[in-house]
Amino acid sequence: MCSTCGCGSNENGVVIKKMGTEEHIHYHSDGTQTLHSHGHKHAHPHEHSHSHTHEIKLEQDILGKNQLTAEYNRGFFEALNILCINLVSSPGSGKTTFLERSITDLKGVADIYVIEGDQQTSNDAERINKTGAPAIQINTGRGCHLDSEMVSKSLRLLNPKPHSILLIENVGNLVCPAMFDLGEALRAVIVSVTEGEDKPLKYPDMFHTSHVCIINKTDLLPHLKFDLEKLRDNALKVNPKLQFFEVSAESGQGMGEWYQFLKSKIA
Amino acid sequence: MHELSIATSILKSAEREVENCGGGAIKEITLSIGKLAGVEIDSLKFIWSECMRNTVLGNAQIVIFEPEGNARCLDCGTVFGMKKIYDSCPGCGSYFKEILSGKELKINKLIIE
Ligand SMILES: [Zn+2]
Repeated sequence: MCSTCGCGSNENGVVIKKMGTEEHIHYHSDGTQTLHSHGHKHAHPHEHSHSHTHEIKLEQDILGKNQLTAEYNRGFFEALNILCINLVSSPGSGKTTFLERSITDLKGVADIYVIEGDQQTSNDAERINKTGAPAIQINTGRGCHLDSEMVSKSLRLLNPKPHSILLIENVGNLVCPAMFDLGEALRAVIVSVTEGEDKPLKYPDMFHTSHVCIINKTDLLPHLKFDLEKLRDNALKVNPKLQFFEVSAESGQGMGEWYQFLKSKIA
Repeated sequence: MHELSIATSILKSAEREVENCGGGAIKEITLSIGKLAGVEIDSLKFIWSECMRNTVLGNAQIVIFEPEGNARCLDCGTVFGMKKIYDSCPGCGSYFKEILSGKELKINKLIIE
């Protein structure tokens, strides 16, 4: 329960919290608080025998507001030369381990900030907080993805320095986050070799909108019947421009190329 | 369930338009949701009535257009229909293409009374 808004239900609201501090924001993104019906109908001073109808041609993008705020975020990142990466994956891809390792190995190379998206818990954000990187936890409640407004609000708490890297760990699912631009420069989809080779075909929107595909847990390959080529082929069918990194966040294998890539982007 | 976010965004736009009109309720709303837009129309319809109850869209008729997926091959220029975003060009087999339609996610029009 948040003392600011007095709302007893965390389930429907969004909570944004700066790890290691008491600072937080709580708001409702599902629009329920804006649903006051003011009854304009009976406010009409006189009743007409015929009804007025207005036809309004809108031709408006349903996610236009998210897109606009994403562009604000993008402008902020570009002005401060902050490399923002939106990391998306299914649960169990090893995304948090991948983040922990990246943060630890890049100490002294770049300042890294993290925004962690999760429906309910802050377990992952606590793991990130232990690495020493400033981290924000966003609990989305019922929401199954981050949106650009959540990121915009988080930036005020996070206050990232110029020339840094901001890694956003989106809520773990490969469907919903695909539709919501956060203002990132790059979208990276993480899959592990313990998932199926047909993942890109099952979740084409996610692979279609990503720039980078990180294939994780390659240290397990000798123990699995997993066709890496097939995964890459499937991913390239969906998105022929996708760039791959094959890594094991556990053993560190292949992580060097990923770091080179990040360094080239902030140089 | 991003259909909830979609419904919420639609509602916010609709409320704004009704307010601009000085009040009223929406009689009909027309949407375009492309076949490749990544929105499950059944899921959207499923949550619609609960989401819109006691709002300007509470009694609105919904009309949904579902544009088919179409693309132009970037290698040979063939224009072709797609069922999946990863369909290849029937002319040359290339996966490089420009999507022409099917990704629409729009409110086309509202009728307010
Ligand atoms: Zn072709």
